[in-house]
Amino acid sequence: MERIPILKMGAYLLVTIQVDMHDQLALTLQDDLTDRIVKTRAKGVLIDISSLELVDSFMGRMLGNIAAMSHILDAETVVVGMRPAVAITLVELGLSLKGVKTALNVEKGMSLLEERVRGRVDGNGRFER
Amino acid sequence: MAVLNDETLPLRSNEDVVRARQAARKCAIGLGFSLVEQTKIVTAASELARNTVIHGGGGTLLIESLNHDDRRGLRLKFEDQGPGIQNIDQALRDGYTTGNGLGLGLGGSKRLANEFEIHSEPGKGTRVVFIRWKG
Repeated sequence: MERIPILKMGAYLLVTIQVDMHDQLALTLQDDLTDRIVKTRAKGVLIDISSLELVDSFMGRMLGNIAAMSHILDAETVVVGMRPAVAITLVELGLSLKGVKTALNVEKGMSLLEERVRGRVDGNGRFER
Repeated sequence: MAVLNDETLPLRSNEDVVRARQAARKCAIGLGFSLVEQTKIVTAASELARNTVIHGGGGTLLIESLNHDDRRGLRLKFEDQGPGIQNIDQALRDGYTTGNGLGLGLGGSKRLANEFEIHSEPGKGTRVVFIRWKG
């Protein structure tokens, strides 16, 4: 079966989506990622979508699901590299990807993950852990 | 309004949705649409093709290059012989879904279009027409 590879790097999982995604592939990635988060005890997931020429409502929902599921599994997700044309279209489509952390590129995404993993800060500015 | 050329694709599977996107992209590039416009067309094609496969039980997509008073446009016509849409106004409303999606497909695609039409007869099928003119 066709799959999107998930790479482990230290406490993080890295995913680069480089194919034209169909719906089943998106669902498989969602399942594989949650599985790997638990198995590797990853603290963060970085998803690079810089090769994606479109994100429609199905893929948007998949990204939101991954962010929500990983959060429950004590890992943070950052989506990086969205193309400007894709961002413009997403907003017009009515999808704002609420709850999904984004960064401009892999480097910025990694430092965001490291920051968040080092300590989740609560509303009063105190570390939760 | 003249049709410069056309192409018909089957819509039966997930893979057909990907092929529909690619064909719409190719046509949009051929007509000289900007990258943002191409992305809007391809995203709408993806949403509507998925609707045809999931809700319509499969069907066809007709992609046409248009010329109207020297203005170029792209028309996507989705047709299925599925159960039809009972309440089109409801189906167009954001957040309304009968499947497991977000309910943005139809209303969202309409926002990405310059002209948008839905004809549906319960029990007979649905036809959705999407047109985008070159800006």
